[in-house]
Amino acid sequence: MASLTLFEKLWNTHLVSGLGEGMDLIYIDRVFLHERTGSIALKGLAEKKRSLRRPESTFCTIDHIVDTLPGRTDETRVAGGKAFIQTTRKSAREAGITFFDIGDERQGIVHVISPEQAIVLPGLTLICPDSHTCTQGAFGALAWGVGSTEAEHAMATNTLRVEKPKAMQVVFNGELAKGVTAKDMILYLIGKYTVAGARGYAVEFCGTAVTSLDMEARMTLCNMAVEFGAFTGIIAPDSTTINYLEGRPYAPTGENWQNALKDWQNLKTDKKAVFDKKITIDASNIQPMITWGTNPGQVMAIGTQVPDPSPMKDSHRREESEKALGYMGIDPGMYLNELAIDGAFIGSCTNSRLSDLKKAGNILKGRKVAKGVRAICVPGSSSVKRQAEAEGLDRIFKDAGFEWRESGCSMCFFAGGESFGFQERVVTSTNRNFESRQGPMTRSHLASPETVAASAILGRIASSKELTNGTL
Amino acid sequence: MEPFKKIKAVSLPLMWINVDTDCIIPSREMKQVSKTGLGDGLFAGWRYKDMSSREIDPDFILNDKKYHDAQILLSGINFGCGSSREHAVWALVEYGFKAILAPSFGSIFYNNCICNGLLPIVMSDADITLLADWVVRDPRKNQLVINLVKQIISGPEIMAFHFDIAPQDKEMLLKGFDMIDLTLQSQDKITAFEEKDKKNRKWANSL
Ligand code: SF4
Repeated sequence: MASLTLFEKLWNTHLVSGLGEGMDLIYIDRVFLHERTGSIALKGLAEKKRSLRRPESTFCTIDHIVDTLPGRTDETRVAGGKAFIQTTRKSAREAGITFFDIGDERQGIVHVISPEQAIVLPGLTLICPDSHTCTQGAFGALAWGVGSTEAEHAMATNTLRVEKPKAMQVVFNGELAKGVTAKDMILYLIGKYTVAGARGYAVEFCGTAVTSLDMEARMTLCNMAVEFGAFTGIIAPDSTTINYLEGRPYAPTGENWQNALKDWQNLKTDKKAVFDKKITIDASNIQPMITWGTNPGQVMAIGTQVPDPSPMKDSHRREESEKALGYMGIDPGMYLNELAIDGAFIGSCTNSRLSDLKKAGNILKGRKVAKGVRAICVPGSSSVKRQAEAEGLDRIFKDAGFEWRESGCSMCFFAGGESFGFQERVVTSTNRNFESRQGPMTRSHLASPETVAASAILGRIASSKELTNGTL
Repeated sequence: MEPFKKIKAVSLPLMWINVDTDCIIPSREMKQVSKTGLGDGLFAGWRYKDMSSREIDPDFILNDKKYHDAQILLSGINFGCGSSREHAVWALVEYGFKAILAPSFGSIFYNNCICNGLLPIVMSDADITLLADWVVRDPRKNQLVINLVKQIISGPEIMAFHFDIAPQDKEMLLKGFDMIDLTLQSQDKITAFEEKDKKNRKWANSL
């Protein structure tokens, strides 16, 4: 038998038919929706009087524009937001799909709750009209983001017409240094190979530094595959994956579980399989990272100097960097540790799971957020919030001076409602530092939750080393 | 969906790289559960002086009268990267754009274009820069002609450029097909797949 990559195996299992010239009709096992884009997909289907082919495999949550303040209702500060929430609820009921409403104990950010519920499983295809669906590739599933029309297509036909991407392997060898996380790995990778580095590829992450990550960190790594320009990211399932999934609500049981385990054994790249492209990185060289610009590829190790665009040969890249520095209010050659911050945000589908909150909590414990810094923690799901509270993490955050919120996307993105202020500087555990992403002209610096916590305490950009090395 | 055949139009060069969909249509501009009402929000962060008003920023190229009826957008690599929001395409279409030329596109954005009759054309950065330089000399006069049937872009006094596009995507755009209708015609193939799959992957079909 031919040697295949994990990606090819996943693709072949779901191939309904070839459409010619590299385009295939691919079977979709699960669809997930949220109120921001899913509402429109459901409405589009209803308007055309099309029905869902398999409503039982479609799920929907409320996460994007729902308020995250305690005691929340359908009211939100986002203009027109209430209509998005209520239309979604109504359409979800009419379509007969499983719906995680506000107040449901399973509610949360789509890419956090899908794994919690074991709706995503190794070997499945899963799509969602949301670009960070690639997060779920951490389970050895083929999971990717689509537009609303494609989501309609998937619901009406259980398939998608997809151009087959090429396969890339990214190997992280070695061991991460203390205080360096999956977030730093992915930022390092994008910094080195640019935000378009994986355009046209499905990326498989491998190597000892990847297999030693727990599931939550693997999700962080895959989450930003889209920021690397990839079709999606995948990690081969192993015992870590299986231990995470076993016994969760939608995980197969009994004989089905046994058969699934057998199938999943084959979900790995064959020894002799050939990738279209391969990147190898020595993970032990990676340091805590921080972005200096307005895309995730404009990133550097904390403690190094902001690059100078003037000698850049590529004129587009030079102009882009100059524009970004202007927007961010940063000069070339600067050390970012000098910069005072206005905000600190821990949340989003990148870094808002229990382990993220624990790591941040370790830094915050017994310390106080610097004066003038608005610090917010938004757990990724209602379940994360409950677990964190059971462990007393909420107290640590609140005692340090953090706001402790209900789960949702919150200020990961600014939809016209709640936000950080005009030109405020924010260190954030999210995935996008685009212009005005977190507020009007807000200046976002992406980093790990540890870095966000340390920066909140010191009131300026700082790696956790500055606090934990005993210097303070 | 309106079929795309051939257009002759003013082109607008927005020669930045990595223009993300948050910039094309900021989230705050998505005010209704609707695919329409988005044209005014196109590039809102750059087009207007601030967020609370619609006071136009004369420095942004979209506000330059010479380009007011542009239907072709020229841009840099990775156009439409970032968020999957199809609103970016709906906004571009509602504004009046019919084709976008870039060296590469965000992959979800590219598919969203095909679903909505907006022609995404991949061309080398050097060729697009050449076209952009020619366009800015006299935007009103130097109009580009895009012929999808022949896959050619041309203009007076400039050489014609050939471009590639996947045959299925071309067909969809030329005929203005609805993708879902098209796939629904292969229902029996899907059913056949499902029947086999239910036996092979019982665990995956046990919801
Ligand atoms: S947390 Fe942010 S990136 Fe993740 S799904 Fe929500 S808005 Fe998108």
